[in-house]
Amino acid sequence: MTDAATPAAAVLSTRGLSKTFGALQVARGIDLDLARSARLGLIGPNGAGKTTLVNLLTGFTEPDAGTITLDGERIDRLSGDERVRRGLVRTHQLNTLLVEETARENIAVAIAEREGLGWRMLRYGARWRACVAEADERLAEVGLADVAGHRVSELPYGRQRLLEIGIALAMRPRVLLLDEPAAGVPSGEAHAIHDMIDRLPPDVAVLMIEHDMEIVFRFAREIIVLVQGAILTRGTPAQIARDPQVRSVYLGRSVA
Amino acid sequence: MTHLTILLDGLAYGMVLFIISVGLTVTMGLMRVVNLAHGAFAMIGGYAASVLVASGFPFAAAAALAVIGVALVGAVAELTIYRPLYRKGELPQSLMTFGFTFVVIATLTTLFGTGMRTLPIPAALDGLVDLGFRAYPLYRLFLIAVGLALFGLLWVAVDGTLIGARLRAAVDNPRMSQAVGVNVNLLFTLTFAAGCALAAFGAVVGAQLLPLDPYYALRYLVLFLVVVGVGGLGNFKGSFVAAIVLGIVETSCKYLVPSLAPYIFYSLVLALLLWKPAGLMPARSAR
Amino acid sequence: MTASAVHGAPRARPAAAPMLSPGRVVLHAIPWLLVIAAYVALPDYLTLGTNVLIMILFALSLEIALGYAGIVSLGHAAFYGVGAYAAGICAIHFTNEPLLGLLFATAVAAVFGLITGALILHTQGMTLMMLTLAVAALIAEAANQAHALTGGDDGLQLPALKPLLGLFKFDLWGHTAYLYAGAVLLVWFLLSWRIVRSPFGRSVNGIRQNPRRMRAIGAPVWRRLVAAYGLSAAMAGTAGALSAQATGSVGISSLSLLTSGTVLMVLVLGGMRRLYGAFVGAVVYVVVQDLAAELDPFRWMFVIGGLLMASVLFFENGLMSIVDIVGRARASRKSPPACGPDRGPAPKVTP
Repeated sequence: MTDAATPAAAVLSTRGLSKTFGALQVARGIDLDLARSARLGLIGPNGAGKTTLVNLLTGFTEPDAGTITLDGERIDRLSGDERVRRGLVRTHQLNTLLVEETARENIAVAIAEREGLGWRMLRYGARWRACVAEADERLAEVGLADVAGHRVSELPYGRQRLLEIGIALAMRPRVLLLDEPAAGVPSGEAHAIHDMIDRLPPDVAVLMIEHDMEIVFRFAREIIVLVQGAILTRGTPAQIARDPQVRSVYLGRSVA
Repeated sequence: MTHLTILLDGLAYGMVLFIISVGLTVTMGLMRVVNLAHGAFAMIGGYAASVLVASGFPFAAAAALAVIGVALVGAVAELTIYRPLYRKGELPQSLMTFGFTFVVIATLTTLFGTGMRTLPIPAALDGLVDLGFRAYPLYRLFLIAVGLALFGLLWVAVDGTLIGARLRAAVDNPRMSQAVGVNVNLLFTLTFAAGCALAAFGAVVGAQLLPLDPYYALRYLVLFLVVVGVGGLGNFKGSFVAAIVLGIVETSCKYLVPSLAPYIFYSLVLALLLWKPAGLMPARSAR
Repeated sequence: MTASAVHGAPRARPAAAPMLSPGRVVLHAIPWLLVIAAYVALPDYLTLGTNVLIMILFALSLEIALGYAGIVSLGHAAFYGVGAYAAGICAIHFTNEPLLGLLFATAVAAVFGLITGALILHTQGMTLMMLTLAVAALIAEAANQAHALTGGDDGLQLPALKPLLGLFKFDLWGHTAYLYAGAVLLVWFLLSWRIVRSPFGRSVNGIRQNPRRMRAIGAPVWRRLVAAYGLSAAMAGTAGALSAQATGSVGISSLSLLTSGTVLMVLVLGGMRRLYGAFVGAVVYVVVQDLAAELDPFRWMFVIGGLLMASVLFFENGLMSIVDIVGRARASRKSPPACGPDRGPAPKVTP
C-alpha cells in the first residue's frame, strides 16, 4: 500500500504550488498528497527547492500560486502559527532551540502552547506543573531524561537534534515535516536519530527531507524526487533506486 | 513664502541632514554597529569650529581643523570603544554609545559653557542671490551645492572604486577579506573616522540650520537615525533620498502648519518605516 | 536580531516551580524589610526613599520589555511621562483622589503602550530601536505642543491630593508618599513575579531568545510582544503617576532622552533578568544622584554616561550577577543544583 493517497484521504495536499525568487523559480506547480500515516521521503540535489517547499507548507514563505489543504481545510492563507495550531509541525535543518533554557523548559513551553496556556499570566500553577510532568515523559521517550534539567547549550549537537524532534512530537502533530533530521549529527550519535525516526507514531503523516540515503531508504514508503523546483518523479524506494533518470541526476552509480 | 522658497529651504536642510547622516549609514549599515554617538561626533565638530572662529580663526581654517580633529577623535574612539563592541550585539552597543554621547555632552558643556554656540558663516558666502522670483540666501544654495557634490563624490568613490568594494567585502566576510589581503582593521578605522569627519563637516556647515546647543547630540540623534533608517542602512543613495524627502517635509510643515509639524513628521517616519522596515533602498549586501 | 543572545547571564529557570523553602522566604523578605527599615530609621530621607521606590518600579517596567521580551526600548520615558502627565491632568481636571488618578494614569499609559507596540513590534533589530526613539520623540513633542493640557515647558502643578484611602494625608515630610509608593511597588512586584514565571512570561522570554522557535510551536509572536509591551508601559505609567503625585508636579523632562537613558542605566547596572536587579540599580542610582546633588544636569550626564559605559565594560550582567557567582559556588559544593527562578545557571555537564 503506497502513500500516494487518493486526494480525499490525504491529510495534507498541495495543488500547483509555485514560487519565484527574482529570476529563480524555486517551486514549479508542485502537486503533493500526504496520507494519514505517510512516510514520504523528499530528496533532490542541493538547491532543488526542498526546504523551500517545507517553508511554503509551513507559511514561512508565501507562494505565488497554488493551494495547500490540511484535512480538507485551505490553509494557504493562514499564518505560520495558525497552521501549527492545526497540527502542521516542522523541525529545522539547523537546531532552533531556546539554548539558554533547559531541555525540560523547551518542551514544557511547547506543551503549554499546545494546551492553549500561552496567555495565562496569573492562574497557572497546576496546569503548568502538568505540562512539566508531560515534558519529562516526552524527554524519557526520546532518551533525554538524564539531561532534562540541563541547559540546551551544554548538550552535544546530536542530543539537541533529538530535542528538536522531541519538541515537534510533543505537539501531537497531524503532519510532521522533518528537515534533514540527521544533518550535522556526528556518526557516533546518529543511531539515536535513526531509532527515533523508526519509532515515529504511526498515525502521524511524516514528510522527511534527507540527503543521507541510508536513512531515506530505511524510513520512506514513498519517495519524491525534486529537481529545480519541480517533481521529477515519485515512487517506492525500489522504483526510485532503479530509475535511470534519478540515478543520473542524483544518486550516482553507487546505489546497487 | 512661495512654495519654491520652501522647497529650496527644505532642500538645504535636507542636504545638511544628508552630509551628517551619511557617516551613520556607513557605521550602522555597513559596519553594522549601533552608533548612537554619531550626533556627539557632529557636535564636537560644530563646537570645535565655533570655538576656533570665536578665537579669530577664519571660517575655512576652523572648519578644516574641526573636521580633521573629529576624524582623529573618531579613529581613537573606533580603536578603543567601538572595536570591542563589534562582536557584542545591539544592546551593549546601544548602551555604550548612548553613554558615550552623554559623556561628550557633559565634557563639551564643562569646557565651553551651557549656552548656545554661534558659528557665523563666512562673509564670502553671506548675502543674497537674485533668483528671479526672489532674492535667496547664497549660503543655502552653497549648502545644496555641497550636498550634491558630496553625493557625486560618494557615488564615484563607493560604487566605482576598489575602496568601496573592499569595504563591502570586509563587512560581508572579514576573514575572507583578510585572507585576500584587505587590512580589515585599518579599513574599519579609516571608514569610521571618515564617517565622523563627515558628521563634523555637516555640523559645521549646517550650524545655521541646526543650531549648536548643549542638547545637539541628543536632539538631532533621532533625526539622523530616522534618515538612515528610512533611507536604508548602508545605502548612501537611500540616505540622500530620505534626507531630501524628510528635510522638505519638515521644512514645509514648519512653515505651513507649525503646530502640526512634529505629528506629521513622525507619523510619516513611522509610516515609511512600517511600510519598508529595511528602508527605501536597502543596501545590496543587506543581511 | 534581538537583544537576546548577547546580553545577560543565561540563567536556566527550570520549569518546575519549587515550593518556597523557609530560607528563600527570608531571602525574599530582606529587600522589603529594608524598605520598611528605611522608613523607620531614616525619617529625614523619605523623599529620597520615595524616589528610589519609584525608580525601582520604572526599572522593573523596562525589565519586562527589555530583559524578558527583548525589546530594546530606548524611549521608555515616554510611558513614564505619559503616566505622570495623565496623573497630573486627572488631579487638575477630574479628581484629586490619588488612587483613581493612579489607575487612570496606568490605564492611559497601557493604551499608549498597546497602540504604539502594535504599530512598531512588527519590526525588529535596529529598525525597532529607531522606532522606539521616534515614538518617544513624537510623544515628547506632542507634550511640548499641547500647552493647554500639559503646560508645555512649564509643566503641571498638581493640586493637593485627597487623603489616601480617605485616611492618610499626604504630609510634607513624605511619610504617606513613601508608604504609598512602597505598597504600589509591592503590588506590581508580586504581579511581575507571577507573570514572569507564567506560561505567558515564559513564552515571551522564549520569543526574546528565538522567535522562530516560538513561531514553530504556534505562539502568536507579535500579539505576545504587544501584550508584554503594554504591560511594561502600564508599569512605567504607574511609576510616572507616583512621581507626579509624590512631588506634586510634572515636568517635560520626564519624557526626555536623559530619563530614558537613566532608567536604562539603572536596569543594566542592577541586572537585567533578575527582578531584584531593579532594586540594586535604583539604590545605586539614587545614592549617586544624591551625592552629586550639586551637579548641574550636564555634569549629571557625565555620571550617567560614565555608568552606562562602565556597565557595558564591567557589569555586563549587572551587579546582581554577584548572586550568580555565589550561587555557582554553593552549587559546586552541594550536589543537587539549587535551581529556582532568579538563581544561578544549571551546573555545567561534561557531555
